[in-house]
Amino acid sequence: MAGEANSESGGLEFHPLDQFEVHRIFGEGPIHWYTITNVTMWMAIAVVCIVLLLVIGTRKRAVVPNRTQSVAETLYGFVYTMVEDVTGKDGIKYFPYIFTLFIFILISNFLGLLPMAFTTTSHIAVTAILAFAVFFTVTILGFFKNGAAFLGLFWVSSAPLALRPILAVIEIISYFVRPVSHSIRLAGNLMAGHAVLKVFAGFAQVGLIVAPVAILGVVAIYALEVLVSAIQAYVFTILTCVYLKDALHPSH
Amino acid sequence: MEGELAHIGAGLAAIGSGAAAIGVGHVAGNFLAGALRNPSAAAGQTATLFIGIAFAEALGIFSFLVALLLMFAV
Repeated sequence: MAGEANSESGGLEFHPLDQFEVHRIFGEGPIHWYTITNVTMWMAIAVVCIVLLLVIGTRKRAVVPNRTQSVAETLYGFVYTMVEDVTGKDGIKYFPYIFTLFIFILISNFLGLLPMAFTTTSHIAVTAILAFAVFFTVTILGFFKNGAAFLGLFWVSSAPLALRPILAVIEIISYFVRPVSHSIRLAGNLMAGHAVLKVFAGFAQVGLIVAPVAILGVVAIYALEVLVSAIQAYVFTILTCVYLKDALHPSH
Repeated sequence: MEGELAHIGAGLAAIGSGAAAIGVGHVAGNFLAGALRNPSAAAGQTATLFIGIAFAEALGIFSFLVALLLMFAV
């Protein structure tokens, strides 16, 4: 995405998609897989923040927790109850993976809200890897745990016999669309939110009268973005739990 | 000519965002109606509410994405 406005009507310049460009941090030249780019740097910052919150925050293991430990315990308990409620008792052993997904997406989303920061999860490359990892994990797990009975997920036994082949085709298609929608939901929500922020900020260049209104708009969209960041992390995680439950107990 | 057509296409794609608003309002309104009838059962279904809202909103975001791409990347 070049991010260039193709026509500057009336002299307004809008470049809302420039913020999603991947570029090197050190030196010049082409970007290889081992280059340190802004994506790499912000992912590393996210990992450092997660370690600071969860590992260093709970280091004292106080019975009466201080603030950081309290936040870490709240996040842990929240995801634990979610996994237990949705997948049942035998889904708990996948809790580390699901908690990793949740906390990484949450912290990446929140870090992207800082001014001049880069949102790694707004790139379809990042979210597609997360979603496809979930898809392959869940499918392979389903076949290991249930064998051929996993295909019972597509055979809707509560429907009349004549409809079952058509429903099976529909079910298979919707099963394979799952990673696509899973990834695009997260990437699209974040990219759209940040692009809207830049567009609203761009309105401030219209004139002195419009500028305060534009800034108020930016504040309102910012609040919405904080909410959307948290909700999208939650939705990604709970959908992962639902797909996991489908794999562990395939039934219709 | 292409610039103008791209802008018109972006405006048409933004209609999908309005459709998403209707969908999300439908989900949330039905949840509210059910929750006012049976408040104690409503607390257990907030997870389903958020999943429903996310599904309805995701499709609107797809069309908003198309609008953005047409405006700034074509």
